[in-house]
Amino acid sequence: MTSAVTKRRTQSRYLAFLIPVAAVVAALLIGAIMLVALGANPLEGFRELIKGAFGSKDALISTALKATPLLFVGVGITIAFRANVINIGGEGQMVAGALLATITALSLPDLPAWIMLPAVLIAGLAGGALWGAVPGALKAYFGVNEILSTIMLNVVAVQLMNYLLRGPLIDPGEIERGTRIPQTERLQGGADLPLLFGDGRFHIGPLVAILAAVAAYVLLWRTPLGYRLRAVGLNPDASKYAGIPVKRTIVLALTFSGAMAGLAGAVLVFGSESHRMVTDGSTAGFTGSAGFNGIVAALFGGLHPIWTIPASFLFGGLLVGGNAMQRAVQVPSALILALNGLVVVFVVATDRYRKRMLARDVRVDAPEPLAPAFGWRPTDGPAPSGEGDTS
Amino acid sequence: MSDFFTTAVLVATAASGVRLAVPLLFASLGETFGQRSGVLNLGVDGVMLLGAFGGYYAVLKTGNVWLGLLIGIVVGLLLGVVSAVISVTLRAEQGISGIGIYLFGLGMSDLLFQKLVGTPLPITKFPKLNIPRLSDIPVIGELLFQHSIVVYLAFLAVPVGMYIINKTTFGMNIRAVGENPEAADSLGVSVSRIRYATVIIGGTLAGVAGASLAIDLGIFQQNLTNAQGFIAIALVYFGAWRPVGVMLGSLLYGFVNAIVLQLKTLAIIPPDQSNFAAMAPAIITILALVIVARRFKAPAALTKPYSRGE
Repeated sequence: MTSAVTKRRTQSRYLAFLIPVAAVVAALLIGAIMLVALGANPLEGFRELIKGAFGSKDALISTALKATPLLFVGVGITIAFRANVINIGGEGQMVAGALLATITALSLPDLPAWIMLPAVLIAGLAGGALWGAVPGALKAYFGVNEILSTIMLNVVAVQLMNYLLRGPLIDPGEIERGTRIPQTERLQGGADLPLLFGDGRFHIGPLVAILAAVAAYVLLWRTPLGYRLRAVGLNPDASKYAGIPVKRTIVLALTFSGAMAGLAGAVLVFGSESHRMVTDGSTAGFTGSAGFNGIVAALFGGLHPIWTIPASFLFGGLLVGGNAMQRAVQVPSALILALNGLVVVFVVATDRYRKRMLARDVRVDAPEPLAPAFGWRPTDGPAPSGEGDTS
Repeated sequence: MSDFFTTAVLVATAASGVRLAVPLLFASLGETFGQRSGVLNLGVDGVMLLGAFGGYYAVLKTGNVWLGLLIGIVVGLLLGVVSAVISVTLRAEQGISGIGIYLFGLGMSDLLFQKLVGTPLPITKFPKLNIPRLSDIPVIGELLFQHSIVVYLAFLAVPVGMYIINKTTFGMNIRAVGENPEAADSLGVSVSRIRYATVIIGGTLAGVAGASLAIDLGIFQQNLTNAQGFIAIALVYFGAWRPVGVMLGSLLYGFVNAIVLQLKTLAIIPPDQSNFAAMAPAIITILALVIVARRFKAPAALTKPYSRGE
């Protein structure tokens, strides 16, 4: 490889990286216009936003905690999208994971943390996995569009949560007092996520999420199963001829994806300051819309698990800062959700240009591989040819 | 249970089912146009929410429900143009860009509501228009002919949609572009122009759906639609991409919702089990999707952006 080629390669990569950044900047500019239209000072608004998100140790802790469910969900999204499966069911999978984990905690006696903690986290994983496997199987074996089935399962999960938290799982104290807030009793201390740095809030959740991202990276690019997932995403027909069980792989992709979201749900429960599962009757009341915002983080991270780590931190910061902004300039933090929507639109709409940049990149030493139908390239990670398969 | 099986209650329930079907019918008819031309617009719910807020706000300020409906149309039309630019010109991945539009609509409608209104103030609803003579027929009169104009318009849109899709040149072009855009293009049909038209029709009808929902309920709140836009998309599959099928699906949904509401009102379902009733529509949709996926084929070019010679 000549130095000229190397240089061009880095340049294209650099430009390709800049496009999603430009998308966020464009969304923020529109946000500034909206702030002006709503009679708020955009400079003050954004200053408060950044200060509230990253301006102090306390802010950074809040941001890291807010980023945690986004990262879990985002990592799950990358796994599914790499297999060309669109998982919009993060919300429902989070709820399902949280419910199974909560039920597990409630049905076990107060055991020491080294048994309790793995038990509830695995239960969360399993709940989410189940909630992902169902649409996976429906897609693979019945041809049901996974976008629609995952959204419908979100509705089912919320109602299940509302039923369980108002009925069988409700804190007996709530019934005695007659307040009937839909929440569980304080869950066993053994299941509390251990706190770090002597801080009263910062628990191991963010670290578990980063580990999950690394594990997903290893899964996708260092294991035969990951190779199959990506191969199915790139070209299901060729994968089939190469002997890959396409249907089973699709089910697995959504199962893994759901498992990650389920873990996010469990971490939300056992890392919460009240150590209970609480709902206000809506999905967002429990998840904080992380099931959707995780998609934004994953897209911004180029559907790469490792890049999703800083992306989640950024979007977690936006959410935390949005509340600070609301207090400072009286603009509802719903603005952040609207801006997240714009980021998604901009990132996806400019994807073609990003791909073109990266294509310039690859043609140097390899023929351009097929892009998955949704437009993201395998070149964001190591080339699959490294594994010596020939499909 | 016996309270439920009286003629009066059954007819009233069915009539409210017809009414509840209307927003879904508008939205899913619009989405049918887009999907027949090969574009899956997943942003319907977001457009509905913004149309709902626009319509609500106009009625709140002026008291004129027709102005509210008009605002819903304008909001939907504008967002339809935006959606078309994104999915046709920029050829974005439709499964994801629509989620962006949804999140934008969800956040934006909430933002505007909190900032401009704050508390859910009730507004004037659509006036009822009893069709002379027909509305006096027992049972059928109450069921079909004692509604607001919007309800009649929604059901009138079904034969109009059928006619456009099946009998006009425009409709033929829509179907051609949705099944085989290359062939249509080679015959001189502008794929992007047709898709622009269908996506804008879809956006406009989604805006109408939102406005009619808000003005029918006489209220707005955060996430008013509660995923009805997504259900409308599912109904397009359920209806096998045909206006009549879509109408039957919307009616089924309307009836299920009306029955659930009625059973709750009559306290036949204990309140702590009403959640299961609320799940029913979603589960029915999933089952319907399984059945439809076995029997019908989606337009061949659905979700595939088209570009010449690539």
